[in-house]
Amino acid sequence: MKKVGKQEMMALNGDEAVAYAAKQSDVDVVAAYPITPQTIIVERFSEYVANGEVQTEFVCTESEHSALTACLAASATGARTFTASASAGLALMHEMLFVTSGCRAPVVMAIANRALSAPLNIHGDQSDSMAQRDSGWVQIYVENTQEAYDSIIQAFRIAEDVGVSLPVIVGLDGFTLSHTLENVKVLPDDVVLKFVGVRPLPNVLTHEGKSVPFKLDPENPMTMGPIALTNYYFEFKRQQEEAMKNALEKIQEINKEFAKMTGRGYGDGLVEPYQLDDAEVAVVCVGSTSGTLKTIVDELRQEGVKAGLLRLRTFRPLPVEALRSALQSVKAVAVMDKSLSFGANGGAVYHEVRHALYDNKVHPTIVNYIYGLGGRDSSTSELRRVYEDLLRMLKTGSVEKPVHYLGLRE
Amino acid sequence: MTSTSQEWKFTTKEIAEKPDLFLSGHRACAGCGPATVLRLIMKATRGPTIVTEATGCMEVVSSIYPYTSWAVPWLHTAFETAAANASGIEAALKVMRKKGRVKDEHVDIIALAGDGGTYDIGLQALSGAVERGHDFLFILYDNEGYMNTGIQRSGGTPMGAATTTTPAGSVIPGKLEAKKPIAEIMLAHEMEYVATASAYYWRDLLTKVRKGLEVEGPAFLHVFAPCPRGWRSDPAKTMEYSKLAVESCVFPVWEAVNGKRQLSTPSKLIALAPQKKKPVNDYMKGQGRFRHLFTPQNQKVLDEIQRLTDERWEQLLKKCEPV
Repeated sequence: MKKVGKQEMMALNGDEAVAYAAKQSDVDVVAAYPITPQTIIVERFSEYVANGEVQTEFVCTESEHSALTACLAASATGARTFTASASAGLALMHEMLFVTSGCRAPVVMAIANRALSAPLNIHGDQSDSMAQRDSGWVQIYVENTQEAYDSIIQAFRIAEDVGVSLPVIVGLDGFTLSHTLENVKVLPDDVVLKFVGVRPLPNVLTHEGKSVPFKLDPENPMTMGPIALTNYYFEFKRQQEEAMKNALEKIQEINKEFAKMTGRGYGDGLVEPYQLDDAEVAVVCVGSTSGTLKTIVDELRQEGVKAGLLRLRTFRPLPVEALRSALQSVKAVAVMDKSLSFGANGGAVYHEVRHALYDNKVHPTIVNYIYGLGGRDSSTSELRRVYEDLLRMLKTGSVEKPVHYLGLRE
Repeated sequence: MTSTSQEWKFTTKEIAEKPDLFLSGHRACAGCGPATVLRLIMKATRGPTIVTEATGCMEVVSSIYPYTSWAVPWLHTAFETAAANASGIEAALKVMRKKGRVKDEHVDIIALAGDGGTYDIGLQALSGAVERGHDFLFILYDNEGYMNTGIQRSGGTPMGAATTTTPAGSVIPGKLEAKKPIAEIMLAHEMEYVATASAYYWRDLLTKVRKGLEVEGPAFLHVFAPCPRGWRSDPAKTMEYSKLAVESCVFPVWEAVNGKRQLSTPSKLIALAPQKKKPVNDYMKGQGRFRHLFTPQNQKVLDEIQRLTDERWEQLLKKCEPV
């Protein structure tokens, strides 16, 4: 695909960028339920529908549970589907997240990441989607509004790839991205349309041995969502794991193709290293705080400190190999978690990065920073202290404690 | 294929000649009321049809991978989701038809659920889908309990029935609460078509399925479906109980078109000749789930069930067009 000429600049917040990308992706069915800080996505999309700017059936359901279910059923019927949620809404979808991935329905969902109750809190952290990490969805977390736009477009290609056929979550930090206006370069409608194409359907064999598209079709009756017992269930699950492996390849391919077309790539699509080549200390981060950390890395580099950053863009499937090679020569690593895995001694990202590095011959010092829960602001000085802590650990050769809480009163 | 309910009389010959769409080989129990109901329902379809079903007995017995009893496209997702599934299927077909991605033909959508998936866990999704006006027929097969999980009470379990969560104890004689009037609740949604039916009166059932399908928008059909395992009743008597429930006015059959309610013939005959109305004891006495009520100390429960049945029947008569 050759590079597109003109890309229009629009002032959009993260939610608007997501809605705009979904609009351009010719979605057939959107079923959604409003929840802060995702609401702007459904509001904007409703306007597109009301003004006839999209050919989309918008199903304004009575709950998130039904929203995802309707998307799943529409997807099973062959439609391209999109939804969006956050926090309690995603938690309410929990049951259907597994059913959606198990049915291999390529639903795309934007999550404006928000804290979970109780206590009630509408602000941004990543507890909601991190808690769904084993639900069989691909999870991509974005750094800024531009990437939110780009990733939604890419997500349809990833999800609908016949070798993947898995649902995809694109996570954008609540308020920090969802409600923050940024300049976003948008592609012409026809370019997006060509990039996403018409949803391809995998072919499957019917009982009669006929090869037909995998969808609910009166001409080729198919039983979808059956009961599978001890003799078959396990094989279904193993195939989902295989699809995740395929997703690892596809995300990279599509990131490359998109970069060629737009000039915008996000690392290899899985991880994005920043000043990491010769770094001695590095932070691993998911989401928008990576932007702040890049500024801090720049400052530290000017001061002669060999600091780097690894942004983990794709959390599911976990890019184990990419993490291993990116961090192989770093001496001290701090992993940032914007959620807690209670009682597990640290956050999910920390555990998984540590797990990825286990097979490396040389292990870095690796510590965890829990930050930003319930939207708690993390200042540049606090984030800078993370690097300072790492440098001190390198100097003293000792780790005071493995898990830290940033910006917390204790 | 496209004849309307007025034109098609659903004769025995016609029904016998129409190929089954709910096929034999499923794993339902002997005497299963719901399995008979499903087979009959599928005889009343009029063309391309997609069925979606809630988790429950009928879903489990008909879709054990790699086998299926469904000769139509069929989707199951979860317990509480039959109506949400129908919403998604309908929305998808509508838009893809416009875009020329599917054949330009009408497809009927039937959502099936048991009493658990309708009265209880599925009620929210059902209410939402009906309010939004999706074009689908929701069919409740009511066997009056969570039979798939081992006979627990539901909102559709009748008063006095013993279930594993409302056992007939020495202090509490089975379920204390009356059956939730689900069809009334659906009627309150101001739907174009709401009806109740019993498989014993199969022609009435088939006609109502067809009428429900003909509605452009949501329609609701409540079908009585005895469960010999859950009711501790003789598997050979499933149809007999389907008849007695109507004759005792425990389960009157009626239909409401645009809110105008009419008794269907079996119940209308009782309204015209009240002496034909059978006592609830006739319906209840052979069922093991009510056995504990036929004791002197529980006579008051039987009396209360009779009183409640009479009261609901009288209320229904007032709500119906004069017979």
